[in-house]
Amino acid sequence: MTYTKRPDGRKFDEPRKMEAKVGIIKRADGSAMFKMGDTIAIAAVYGPRELHPRFLQNPERGTLRCVYDMLSFSVPDRKRPGPSRRGTEISMVTENSLLSVVNLDQFPNAVVDVFINITQANAGTRCAGINAAVMALADAGIPMRDLVSAISVGKVGDKVVCDLDKDEEDYEEGSTDIPVAIVPRTGEVILLQLDGSIKKEELKEALKMAKKTCDDIYKIQKKALKKAYQEFQNE
Amino acid sequence: MSENYILDLIKQDSRIDGRKLKEFRKPVKIETGISKNAEGSAKATIGETEVIAGIKLSLGEPYPDNPDEGTIMVTSELLPMASEEFESGPPGKQAIELARIIDRGIRESKALDFKKLCIKKGELIWLVFIDIYPINDAGNLIDASALATVAALKEVKFPKLEKNKIKYGELTKDKLPLTKIPITCTLVKIGDKILVDPNSEEEQVIDARLSVAVCGNKINAMQKGGIEGLSFKEIDEMMDIAFEKEKELRKAIQ
Repeated sequence: MTYTKRPDGRKFDEPRKMEAKVGIIKRADGSAMFKMGDTIAIAAVYGPRELHPRFLQNPERGTLRCVYDMLSFSVPDRKRPGPSRRGTEISMVTENSLLSVVNLDQFPNAVVDVFINITQANAGTRCAGINAAVMALADAGIPMRDLVSAISVGKVGDKVVCDLDKDEEDYEEGSTDIPVAIVPRTGEVILLQLDGSIKKEELKEALKMAKKTCDDIYKIQKKALKKAYQEFQNE
Repeated sequence: MSENYILDLIKQDSRIDGRKLKEFRKPVKIETGISKNAEGSAKATIGETEVIAGIKLSLGEPYPDNPDEGTIMVTSELLPMASEEFESGPPGKQAIELARIIDRGIRESKALDFKKLCIKKGELIWLVFIDIYPINDAGNLIDASALATVAALKEVKFPKLEKNKIKYGELTKDKLPLTKIPITCTLVKIGDKILVDPNSEEEQVIDARLSVAVCGNKINAMQKGGIEGLSFKEIDEMMDIAFEKEKELRKAIQ
């Protein structure tokens, strides 16, 4: 039952190597890529633009729509192209996370569309997707009170760990996966899901780990955004 | 950008991005190995247009009329990420046409030896799934998709097979039976001029389009698009240009 060593040699509280880039899709109003280990998410934002059909329009404020999907070949067993139940749920929880930081009061009747695609998957895709999406929203100039940073923590065997990869998620003797998204400046938890089995004390430890890692992700996100605008100024 | 402005420029043999009529955008380039869980993958860039293609292999039963042949399945999804013109949902006409043009280029050129994709006659074959995703549509998705597809096919390594089950993630050294590489070049007619590699703005004013898949000195597939007709002379000229551009595009694959 003792989990002594992670397959890729990381410390238990160590996330995979992360990388972020802003402005990867020229045609979009905002775009970004977020990579954690072998998981790569790309996101594009279009809008604010007119919302069709018109009965969906909200005269009070703009609408946020979010679609998460995986490319068919991003996983070992080909995923059938097109929407899935899993994708629909992830789209919804991602949308809720993003909604808690964006302010669309200035855009009545309009829609801001966020499209997230996973081009390569090795666990933690919804978190990578959120990290990319929130940078794309900032890149599109959508008013926001803060960014969102997300990481999956959990328990593998008897150890609380940070940023599970696929091997760890599939660990034979049991694994608990807890995707968490945090508003870094306030520390609010805006996405929390859990699959597995974990004690309250362990969950508290995992959440602490998530906060610490999200603070690091926040730095990476801000740096990538600043870099994009530095390049923009230099052009 | 007004349509008349684009049309006026083309009449004078010039284009909004400063290119000659028979000039591709730059760069034309390929990046391979972009998705580790695919048995082969590639991103093709033509100017600002970016398309990624990935190949997954799986096992299936052969068609009764070709019991000793494997086969390919090509799909494309026009991600709403790639353009404000694309919407989520089941593939529309444009996505289906795109996938079918690519399918025919590969199939008709006999680039893949389907017989070598047969594991047990009448029972078990390799299915080659080719999935195409435009990431940024800045025009000419057809040529970019065709390039990404052949580059991805070239990269494919078969996964291990154990008791007729695939062990994904464990690749062998065996490559696909790819005997040649077809190249697709799309020519468009605007007014009485013929252009290659239309950008998004030019695509709005196209009168007719002809996509030609060529390999060596053979034409393997063609697809005409657009409403206006083409004269024999124009078709003849388009074929000549396709063969000329084939060499240029092929360089990106090597």
